[in-house]
Amino acid sequence: MADLSFPLLTCAAALPAVGAVATAALPAARRTAAKWVALLFSVATFALALVIAFRFDPGAKGPFQLTESHAWIADFGVRYELGVDGIAVALIALTALLIPFVILAGWHDADTLEEARPNRRWRPTQGFFALILAVEAMVILSFEATDVFLFYLFFEAMLIPMYFLIGGFGDGASGADEGEAAARRASAAVKFLLYNLAGGLIMLAAVIGLYAVTADQLGTGTFSLQQIVQARASGHLTLGTGTERLLFLGFFFAFAVKAPLWPLHTWLPGAMGESTSPVAVLITAVVDKVGTFAMLRFCLQLFPQASSWATPVILVLALISILYGALLAVAQRDIKRLIAYASISHFGFIILGIFAMTSQGQGGATLYMVNHGISTAALMLVAGFLISRRGSRLIADYGGVQKAAPLLAGTFLVGGLATLSLPGLAPFVSEFLVLVGTFSRYPVIGIIATVGIVLAALYVLVLYQRTMTGPPKDDEVRALPDLRVRELVVVGPLIALLLFLGVYPKPLTDLVNPAVDHTLSVVDKQDPKPEVRVDAVPGHHRAGHPAHHHDAEAAK
Amino acid sequence: MNPVTDIHTLWTTAAEAPGRIPAPHIEYAQLSPTLIVFGAAIIGVLVEAFLPRRHRHTVQLLLAVLALAAGFAAVVGLAAGGFATTKAHLAAMGALAVDGPALFLQGTILLVSLVAVFTFAERRLDPASHGKRVDSFAAQAAAVPGGAAEQAAVKAGFTTSEVFPILLFAVGGMLIFPAANDLLTLFVALEVFSLPLYILCALARRQRLLSQEAALKYFLLGAFSSAFLLFGIALLYGYAGTVTYAGIAEVIADGTKQIDPALAGTMGNDALLLIGGALVLMGLLFKVGAVPFHMWTPDVYQGAPTPVTGFMAAATKVAAFGALLRLLYVVLPGMRWDWRPVMWGVAIVTMLGGAIVAITQTDIKRLLAYSSIAHAGFILAGVLATTQDGISSVLFYLAAYSFVTLGAFAVVTLVRDAGGEATQLSKWAGLGRRSPLVAAVFAVFLLAFAGIPLTSGFAGKFAVFKAAAQSGAGWLVVIGVLSSAIAAFFYIRVIVLMFFNEPKADGPSVAVPSPLTTTAIALGVVVTLVLGLAPQYFLDLAGQAGTFVR
Repeated sequence: MADLSFPLLTCAAALPAVGAVATAALPAARRTAAKWVALLFSVATFALALVIAFRFDPGAKGPFQLTESHAWIADFGVRYELGVDGIAVALIALTALLIPFVILAGWHDADTLEEARPNRRWRPTQGFFALILAVEAMVILSFEATDVFLFYLFFEAMLIPMYFLIGGFGDGASGADEGEAAARRASAAVKFLLYNLAGGLIMLAAVIGLYAVTADQLGTGTFSLQQIVQARASGHLTLGTGTERLLFLGFFFAFAVKAPLWPLHTWLPGAMGESTSPVAVLITAVVDKVGTFAMLRFCLQLFPQASSWATPVILVLALISILYGALLAVAQRDIKRLIAYASISHFGFIILGIFAMTSQGQGGATLYMVNHGISTAALMLVAGFLISRRGSRLIADYGGVQKAAPLLAGTFLVGGLATLSLPGLAPFVSEFLVLVGTFSRYPVIGIIATVGIVLAALYVLVLYQRTMTGPPKDDEVRALPDLRVRELVVVGPLIALLLFLGVYPKPLTDLVNPAVDHTLSVVDKQDPKPEVRVDAVPGHHRAGHPAHHHDAEAAK
Repeated sequence: MNPVTDIHTLWTTAAEAPGRIPAPHIEYAQLSPTLIVFGAAIIGVLVEAFLPRRHRHTVQLLLAVLALAAGFAAVVGLAAGGFATTKAHLAAMGALAVDGPALFLQGTILLVSLVAVFTFAERRLDPASHGKRVDSFAAQAAAVPGGAAEQAAVKAGFTTSEVFPILLFAVGGMLIFPAANDLLTLFVALEVFSLPLYILCALARRQRLLSQEAALKYFLLGAFSSAFLLFGIALLYGYAGTVTYAGIAEVIADGTKQIDPALAGTMGNDALLLIGGALVLMGLLFKVGAVPFHMWTPDVYQGAPTPVTGFMAAATKVAAFGALLRLLYVVLPGMRWDWRPVMWGVAIVTMLGGAIVAITQTDIKRLLAYSSIAHAGFILAGVLATTQDGISSVLFYLAAYSFVTLGAFAVVTLVRDAGGEATQLSKWAGLGRRSPLVAAVFAVFLLAFAGIPLTSGFAGKFAVFKAAAQSGAGWLVVIGVLSSAIAAFFYIRVIVLMFFNEPKADGPSVAVPSPLTTTAIALGVVVTLVLGLAPQYFLDLAGQAGTFVR
């Protein structure tokens, strides 16, 4: 298994890590240099991510490619094992794509604190960009890890830089004085950390439990995803029903907090609302994707039976997320919190797609992760530009912006339309697939979920109407400057990508579908309508598994 | 035989004894770590007596560092010579074990003490008193606080350089404690390291009354626990007719074979075994700081001079857990099902109690004290695994934890205002703005305490929980994980305070330390990160050291 070729995956994660150190090491006076260094490293990482995407062969056999495997902590049964499937490649590309835009959008976000510099060692700008790169490194590693323990390490460790990003940097637009805003930020950051840490620690108990089970039955404990999946398929490793369910719940809890799924979502609006908009993008478009990704890679593959067992409850929770998030988004007065609740609704769709256990559903969910990342980034970053102009996050403080800043309003509209899944824009494809995939197995849930789309139209269009249309609210709005070149450079490519993937999603679907089929084959689920690419599923007709029985049961 | 003749034979055999006492066979080379440390301690006392005052500090420091380093070298030499594995055996007529766990723990204690000596010798933090540099210790311990004698001593620039030999005596006792292989040696070692610690606690230069109060509390409660321990030893002797670990274990396993006539009424009586075992365990749990025997911890940690607190929190814990491990694994394995449920209960209340009470603390030293209680609970979870994995995970945890603790307390000594160390948590607000580096280092230690991945704290926690889960105590792991989540809350609160709160106008400043303290802190950070990122070598070491000689 050891691949002696160039360790591409390690490099993709190491590059931003090195960038983080380099950025942090620059002296306080070289603020601008720090920004450029960070940008340079993030662009280089994106280039590397593209190399990975091109080296990856979607049609190749075996679940993972570009694998690396080295001994690490033998005592814990931990190996440094990396590997990517199509889903991971897509999400790594998304991450690496978004980070340069995040950095560009946040170009001046860490400058404001500079006025009150207590001493020459205080370097918030360097810290801000170094932390972003550190998060990128850890997110990429957790997409690449095929060892459960290795994944867990970075899944947990990324909370720390994220925590400092949320708590340390604000947008100065909360309407309160700086002291109170700092206190609110700190409490949002603490809430974020405690929720996720609690989820992570419960997962830790399950991780230890998994080790105990493998050590007990296989002789030596292992965390290797492939080894465990193979051992389970070949019958060397059998989990008792109760054990499997408990372990599944331990893992799922952590991912549901991260994703976030109702009712574990309450940290998200605060964290996104109080942080600067690039950090908010980082949370919702990048870090949270690790949660939904991990459901696909770890929950389903490690604990297929328990996943089927929990599906009804999870689907209902996802449905509640969709409707609850959308309803609360309608009621928000704060632009960023509105986008946060919209994201909760979208994560509901993603989880719905994953647990519908159909190839359209899971393929759609994976596309959804990518598209939601791009569309939310576009909408949130433009919203951030708007907020930084007026210094307020309240919808009521705006009105008629399109007269003063037509480009800003236009890009905001495109981002918003993407969020409501307008046909022709990328999210439409994924939302459609998720709903079709859900409907084919669970018609009632699929029908109710479509209500989420209607509500999405409501909150996006009302938001646009209140902030952008009509007569300019006051003189300050009338004098709002339009998008600057830097801002256009951020928004332009994202919108172009939304349009491109909306019209021609094939590159992405080609990448993702084989991986989804593999996941489904591990979970041992067939699509209810067999004419949909059943023959593309490897190892499908494994002897002795009453697959039809499962389906009949699930369809009830 | 009637009782009268019994007693007669006893007297006559006792009277004949002197002729038959064999010269004890002592393996000096194998006991060299302990002997070096004790020898240096005695030389240190002589230095105090004969050397002029101005040279004492330097000479004592050098002596202590050399002794501890030489002791560590001796431990490494013994381990390399195979005494940790194949040649492990009982030395000094069966009184001391030279085996893997003993050597590993002795090595840890010596390294930790070496680092602690650096913080003891720090003389740049306190402002110079009358032109002379002073350390954290009282000018003259015997002078009444606030009295004329104290003022004169301060004016003369005295320092208590006796702390170094006192420290060495304590270290010597700690080296014996986890190696003790009979109950009397255990008791003597306990006293040898406890008495110097009581004195060290009373020696603070500032807030001397608080320090003396802490020492008195520690002494009184410590005396209580010693009494319990001694009483337990007496009962166990009554049960088994011997105080050697192996002897007691044999009696527990096979029942009494040969009744000692003088103990005919008590030998083999299970009530004595249970009560005696419980009392001995209580004595050890007191030193470990487990709930409900933890009452002394916060007061003593707060009152003692901070370098002493760091030393105590790190080294005492290592020694006491070592002794506890040996007792549970060598003496009492035969009655696992009697003590395990009780100890599970102790572990649970220790984990939860420490974590919950820590939330309400407003003093950084008290906070760390409660955190150390919670950690004692985590370590107990590993101790109770009663497997080889359990031993090695505890050894690893102790090594990882002690360096983090030393580093954290060393950072506490740096943050000062006009009244000395600013231990009030509220004063730490905004420290991250004033001194990003110090705050970042402290944050690393806090994250390690909280068990965040990529730090040594996570590796240690994972090791003990893994051992506990494999021994079938899965629910203990769940409770441990939950209390970790609670504990994370107050560690994070300190980080919030340091980084996200505005600095106060009259806040403390960070003193620039000498290379001594800097080394201690840097070592703490390095060990924290190395054990977090690449723990395999040390896990192997602890794994090889995981067998007790019987």
